[in-house]
Amino acid sequence: MTTAYERVQAARQKGRPTAMYYIRQLTTDFLELHGDRRYGDDPAIVAGVARLNGQALTVIGIEKGVETDEKIARNFGSAHPEGYRKALRQMRQAEKFSRPVLCLIDTAGAFCGIGAEERGQGQAIAENLMTMMGLKVPIISVLIGEGGSGGALALGVADRVWMLENAVYSVISPEGAASIVWKDAGKAAEACEALRMTAQDLQSFGMIERIFSEENGDFEKVCQTLGAALAEEFMALSALSRQELTEQRYRKFRRIGGDEA
Amino acid sequence: MISKELFKKPNNRLEGEKEPPAHAKPEQPAFICPECKTALEKAELPETDYVCPRCGALLQVSARERALWLADVNTFTERDADLQPVDRLGFPAYAGKLEKTRRETGEPEGVVTGTAEIGGQPCAIFCMDPFFIMGSMGAVVGEKITRIFEYATEKRLPVVGYTVSGGARIQEGMFSLMQMAKTSGAVLRHGEAGLFYAAVLTHPTTGGVVASFAMEADVILAEPKALIGFAGPRVIEQTMRQKLPEGFQRAEFLLQKGFVDRIVPRNQQKRELSLLLALNRKEADR
Repeated sequence: MTTAYERVQAARQKGRPTAMYYIRQLTTDFLELHGDRRYGDDPAIVAGVARLNGQALTVIGIEKGVETDEKIARNFGSAHPEGYRKALRQMRQAEKFSRPVLCLIDTAGAFCGIGAEERGQGQAIAENLMTMMGLKVPIISVLIGEGGSGGALALGVADRVWMLENAVYSVISPEGAASIVWKDAGKAAEACEALRMTAQDLQSFGMIERIFSEENGDFEKVCQTLGAALAEEFMALSALSRQELTEQRYRKFRRIGGDEA
Repeated sequence: MISKELFKKPNNRLEGEKEPPAHAKPEQPAFICPECKTALEKAELPETDYVCPRCGALLQVSARERALWLADVNTFTERDADLQPVDRLGFPAYAGKLEKTRRETGEPEGVVTGTAEIGGQPCAIFCMDPFFIMGSMGAVVGEKITRIFEYATEKRLPVVGYTVSGGARIQEGMFSLMQMAKTSGAVLRHGEAGLFYAAVLTHPTTGGVVASFAMEADVILAEPKALIGFAGPRVIEQTMRQKLPEGFQRAEFLLQKGFVDRIVPRNQQKRELSLLLALNRKEADR
């Protein structure tokens, strides 16, 4: 039995494939497109057009970086508002040209800094949530590592949300929860359990639809399975009318925590 | 996450801060201004718009008091008053915390919703509660806000919402986070129906609430000096390893950066909201 804390460590492990790896494995003809047309280009988010199984798609990934220099350049995968606005711009183009959208999520969280606040981190995330809820093309989001709170959800309002076996998704980092709830950041392991943040927990809550085995670390094999599943699911979602698609998406999130009465 | 200090109730005599001024009547339920420590008559607070008449400090207002103050006399009708929070995760100490908070506040959850008239303009309203676990967004808070937007869409009513929040409710884990998506969907549908939504951001409005329905309004008003931000100042100071500049993340700063429409003192809010409701109502919805 793998503990929640072990999964968090696996999700953060050095050497675990990051978003660019999946983009290279899953797609062909990937062409990166930069910038939010408002302020700048955020290297923490990679976005562009590509083909999946021959079909055009928009792909957006939160990229942590692999080597130290790249990690620093990509701010360790913690995006600024311009990153979320770049993603939004690509999603709107996907809608314009009727391409489905694939989001790859891997972040400790949206960046908490002076520039991020000055440029409206909250507003940027809010706009993504609202726009994704109404986007008239299929969206599939895959959590490949860490899903850190609002910064992950900002790419996670999708028709299908899938997670890799050791990916985690949480309202707050276990360290943050430990220091707020127990006043002791050392209680992160307890917090991991209490927060119910594993893929298995989220599936039991009906918040995600599928979990993909990590094949004991054979990520090429993971990508083969994932690629085939994505192609199949995008085809199924593309058969829905725009109205049905957005209605089903809304209903899916609408149910969560709505059974108190 | 932001500091609990922001949500601290004003000191009372039992906390031994300062002796109240001589004119305070000890037998009356008094409210001590946290800034100048003047004892104020609780019954008179609505007439002063919950502003200290002596020093001008904006006093913290519970959700119910705010809704009654905001609505024209006898026009507020509450909705979904019976929704109770659920400890779905069995999170350590949460059930006890809920019970204690319910007892102290007399409220089942951290938001009051309903219909009202503001300056004669019919609308749906929601007011968040700073005293209910730091105004945090649990599943019931998200559900009630979603329901009021859905009801307003069905009845073709505009929405006026007062926000105050420390962000997500950690003890509800992902059920809390998902309320950001859910409420955003309800706001979107209300807007797509051509209906108006005004938010009033009060001190403090942070975290998941800023990153969802607080920032999704057609018009965003803010109270003077309100702290408004995605990340709390303490978290940013830790990340940046530097002190934040004076006034950072205050309403005036957001106005300058273009993220709020207007800063409105309390004694002008009802008038401005009523005007906005009148000017943003389509002929067919009158």
